[in-house]
Amino acid sequence: MIWLGIDTSHTPLAVAVVKDDQVLASYQSSLKITHSIGAMPAIEELLKKADIKPGEIDAIAVAIGPGSYTGVRIGVTIGKTLAWTLNIPIVSVSSLQVLASNAPYFPGVVCAIMDARRGNVFAGIYTNGEVVKEAHMSLVELLETVDEMGQPVLFVGMDVSIHWEQIKEVLGDKVERANAAFSLPSAAVLIELAKKLKPTEVHTTVPEYLRITEAEANWMKEQKTNDN
Amino acid sequence: MIKNQYILGIETSCDETAASIVKNGHEIISNVVASQIESHKRFGGVVPEIASRHHVEQITMVIEEALKQANMSPKDLDAVAVTEGPGLVGALLIGINAAKAFAFANSLPLVGVHHIAGHIYANALVQPMEFPLLALVVSGGHTELVLMKEDGQFELIGETRDDAAGEAYDKVARVLNLPYPGGPHIDRLANDSDSAVSFPRAWLEEGSYDFSFSGLKSAVINYQHNAEQRGEEINPNHLAAGFQESVIEVLTAKTLRAAREFNVKQVIAAGGVAANKGLRKSLEDTFEKENIPFYVPPISLCTDNAAMIAAAGDSKFSAGKTSDMSMNGRPGMELNSWK
Ligand SMILES: [Zn+2]
Repeated sequence: MIWLGIDTSHTPLAVAVVKDDQVLASYQSSLKITHSIGAMPAIEELLKKADIKPGEIDAIAVAIGPGSYTGVRIGVTIGKTLAWTLNIPIVSVSSLQVLASNAPYFPGVVCAIMDARRGNVFAGIYTNGEVVKEAHMSLVELLETVDEMGQPVLFVGMDVSIHWEQIKEVLGDKVERANAAFSLPSAAVLIELAKKLKPTEVHTTVPEYLRITEAEANWMKEQKTNDN
Repeated sequence: MIKNQYILGIETSCDETAASIVKNGHEIISNVVASQIESHKRFGGVVPEIASRHHVEQITMVIEEALKQANMSPKDLDAVAVTEGPGLVGALLIGINAAKAFAFANSLPLVGVHHIAGHIYANALVQPMEFPLLALVVSGGHTELVLMKEDGQFELIGETRDDAAGEAYDKVARVLNLPYPGGPHIDRLANDSDSAVSFPRAWLEEGSYDFSFSGLKSAVINYQHNAEQRGEEINPNHLAAGFQESVIEVLTAKTLRAAREFNVKQVIAAGGVAANKGLRKSLEDTFEKENIPFYVPPISLCTDNAAMIAAAGDSKFSAGKTSDMSMNGRPGMELNSWK
């Protein structure tokens, strides 16, 4: 069983090929190369090095978001197009859970974040690998939530550094951060998570944005004002 | 015996998700367009983020439908052509990455196509193009005069310096409280009018083939504003007719002058605004008198579609030009020759 994993949901790019229980090849980078330029060449090169033809892939694992809207869409578009045209299953995995799963043995709360600007983050809170919450929220609200859980907390993700001072200030000694080696998503980890999940219907596989567009939010606000 | 060449075209540069298969650059085998217009209507224009979201929802279904209607499988294809630019970058990226993944999975060459080249080659789907050829490309995003001395060669001889013609139509439609997209409504009001308000014509400096519509747009807004201040009702028909007359007169005159100067064998109109009845008639009458063959593709090929991308892609692919897996969306892409 050969898996191809793709995560382009944020600045980092992660691609991996896993055959049964062996990670044949894995690529990770946090270089600011747009995924449209970087993702397909990385997939092409990885498969070539692993001597695997596209037709030999048995399943696709893709990080479904949240994250950068454009970034997530590139990975999902590549993943669903490959899955559809190769007629193989596609399994979508939360991009936050992929990050959090870099720390599978942490005894306590694992919190994966991606910056969402203006004091907001996309955050995933997990204990023992189980989802407690995944949402778009303010950092303040997130810190309150994990503080109340009363357990040691580990923050994961390359955007942790943007907010680390504030995190430390609120959570104090309770909080640690994953080191650089565990701050980027791994597509091999993504594939391991995907193995435990059911495939989604390929045509209707779309990103999990966790947030409606600004235009829609404004439009709904307007409707409400008009109703009053 | 010459082998037939089948190109899959993919287009997602704005608010249509489209896929099509074209044989030998001129015969449409299938042509599928999923329009998002209903979704953008309530916002009065295309919202880029929403357009991108819809493209991801539709893309594989649209490509599948194009193959199904053609009764073909990927191995029957010779190449995949996709709109590389210009357009909304987030929207372009969906078509591009789908095209790349599809081409990679099926070991097919990839061809990046300029959207305007696509609009021009829509004509190849109707009758053979003859060169030198002059194309007037008018749409929501473009107003350009393109001279083609031969197949695959483009020379931009004139373009808008501010608004595109289609943009001006949409803005004037808003002044008249007409629903989005406003172009067809203005066309209809103008055609039903018995009189026209006189608005200025933007000829620019002598000999220029460039266009400008922002002055005209301001003149229309001022006219409406002044009427309002005087408490007068404006006649929407008269206003629409005056606006449309100004646009059409300039477009027609400059196209005619360029056709004469470059001694072209064929004049074509392309792009969404080419569907405008008033413009079509004016160009038809003018070039009939001038004895130069003039063509406009049917409306379904004037508005954004993927058959035109496949047709242009066929010419580019035949010229040996292909792209690789690092193709990026190019929102400001320039129209370059491939021959
Ligand atoms: Zn167009």
